[in-house]
Amino acid sequence: MKQQITKTTYQLPIGPIHPALKEPVMFEFEIEGERIIDVNVALGHVHRGIEWAGMQRNPIQILYLAERICGICSYCHPMSFALAVERAAGIEVPERAQYLRVIQGELERICSHMLWAGVAAHEIGFDSVLFLTWQMREKGLDLTEYLTGNRVTKGITMIGGVRRDITNDMHPKIKEALQYFKDNFEKLRHIFLDDKTFKMRSQNCGVLTKEDALKLCAVGPTTRASGVKKDVRLDQGYFAYGDLDFDYVTPDVLTGEVHGDVYDRIIVRLLEVKQSIDLIEQCLNLMPSGEIISEPKIPKLLAILKKLNGEGIGRMEAPRGEVIHYVKFTGQDSPYSWKVRAPTYSNVLPWIPMLKGGQIADIPIVAASTDPCMSCTNRVAVVHNDKRYELDKEELHRMSIEKTRRLMT
Amino acid sequence: MTTEKHLSSEEIVKSFENEFKNNITDIRVEKRTQGVKKTEFMHIWMRVGNNVFKEAVRHLAKLDPYTHFAVSSGYDAGNTIDLVYHFSIYHGTRHKEISVNFTVSLPKSNPIIETITDIFPGAIISEQEKQEMLGVKIRGIPKDTRVFISDDFPKDMYPWRRDETGPQKMIRNLHKEAEQ
Repeated sequence: MKQQITKTTYQLPIGPIHPALKEPVMFEFEIEGERIIDVNVALGHVHRGIEWAGMQRNPIQILYLAERICGICSYCHPMSFALAVERAAGIEVPERAQYLRVIQGELERICSHMLWAGVAAHEIGFDSVLFLTWQMREKGLDLTEYLTGNRVTKGITMIGGVRRDITNDMHPKIKEALQYFKDNFEKLRHIFLDDKTFKMRSQNCGVLTKEDALKLCAVGPTTRASGVKKDVRLDQGYFAYGDLDFDYVTPDVLTGEVHGDVYDRIIVRLLEVKQSIDLIEQCLNLMPSGEIISEPKIPKLLAILKKLNGEGIGRMEAPRGEVIHYVKFTGQDSPYSWKVRAPTYSNVLPWIPMLKGGQIADIPIVAASTDPCMSCTNRVAVVHNDKRYELDKEELHRMSIEKTRRLMT
Repeated sequence: MTTEKHLSSEEIVKSFENEFKNNITDIRVEKRTQGVKKTEFMHIWMRVGNNVFKEAVRHLAKLDPYTHFAVSSGYDAGNTIDLVYHFSIYHGTRHKEISVNFTVSLPKSNPIIETITDIFPGAIISEQEKQEMLGVKIRGIPKDTRVFISDDFPKDMYPWRRDETGPQKMIRNLHKEAEQ
């Protein structure tokens, strides 16, 4: 490739459709040589108007619509909506259902973090690790299917509880899957945290300082990797998290230091996988017997909700961070207002300090390091592009792999 | 995270009442429990006058230097446009976090509200979204562009409005068209 030496900066759009990004988002980079001077993020390419669509449906229908906001957080969204409705309506959830909700939430976290680990490995050209992590994730999906009947859109959420119980005869199969995760965890930890290539590509790369994380309202592993102790499960609690024994995961738990780089974000997610396994085990041991739903008759529940006047918020710690749903009822069939705030919505702005001063070849791994989910963030859509020079998608991935190779030699 | 004394939800409400008197109305403290241990958590709701909104946000940020802004919701309430700002304070200490929600009514004839991006720079996407979805004007917003809807979308149409500026004209009910 011919290289032209120029002193002026040039603009480099990446996206909206790009393999390094996995989902549509548009970056407009200001580049000087290989270095990123400035970056602007444009959203909205997969905005599907889901909130508006929800305002034309009844709360039970919204559960299934919310499930389709995101393919990975297909449990967190309907569940946060259910939490918001339960708070607006004053519905008490049975204790057993609260434990079942934790199990489903943590299983989703394991699957999501495993998926992310594979994507991160792929972005730096380490595809054998992609296959290893996704093989492990497959076990998580098998377990999800066993517990909910589905792999992706789980259909487990109901306002006032959950739709399926976990009986004692199901415990051996769950324990077997958890044992599998534990057996393979060390291998995964060794690859991600001890491997020289991984360290070279992820340490001091995409740094987000604690001040920036707080200022820009970052959430989830992105903010915890910068040393901010923020986790809705612990801060405020919901479901049965208040009964369980666990603590904030920040990178200093393992290394004694916080850098806020990509490496730290890997540490946080890996430790959270371990934490999730432990939380599921605690739930299986502590789960009280009893009902799994407060009102099993859906028409009766709907009749109550149709008369409802009030508002509520549902907050949950999704795999990517805090998800918050706001809902307002005015005694009609459908809610008067519904607002969905997915974690990526808050983690878009922190990309800017992370990417500034970095190299083009680091864009894929830094962008992936917040585990972005654009479908969650955008909910109405149109693609807008301008006449600018575009770097070929294959080219960018190739540059990233080249950088890894360069560092290895 | 902070070593300063955490105020209880009642104390928070009181400090707002003392500071803003009649400009704070409809105060509601939602107290719920979770799990077998019945751990408590709180959501505070209050209606804040637009004239003291910015000061109220500043006051909240003073209570906890690590106050977190989650998002703002909003809806068309007929004569007004109501925005609901969702904050949380005291994160970092187990079970101490309290959600604080401010509702602000803006008259439809002049729906202007101050930006909070000087206090919470992370609020910009949320403010941009309210501008394009509800047609409110955020005074002092650092970046006055659209974020989710495209530039070729009609300028005087706001998807979350329920009046004539709403998206009704754009909706095509395919099942009805098939019947005709």
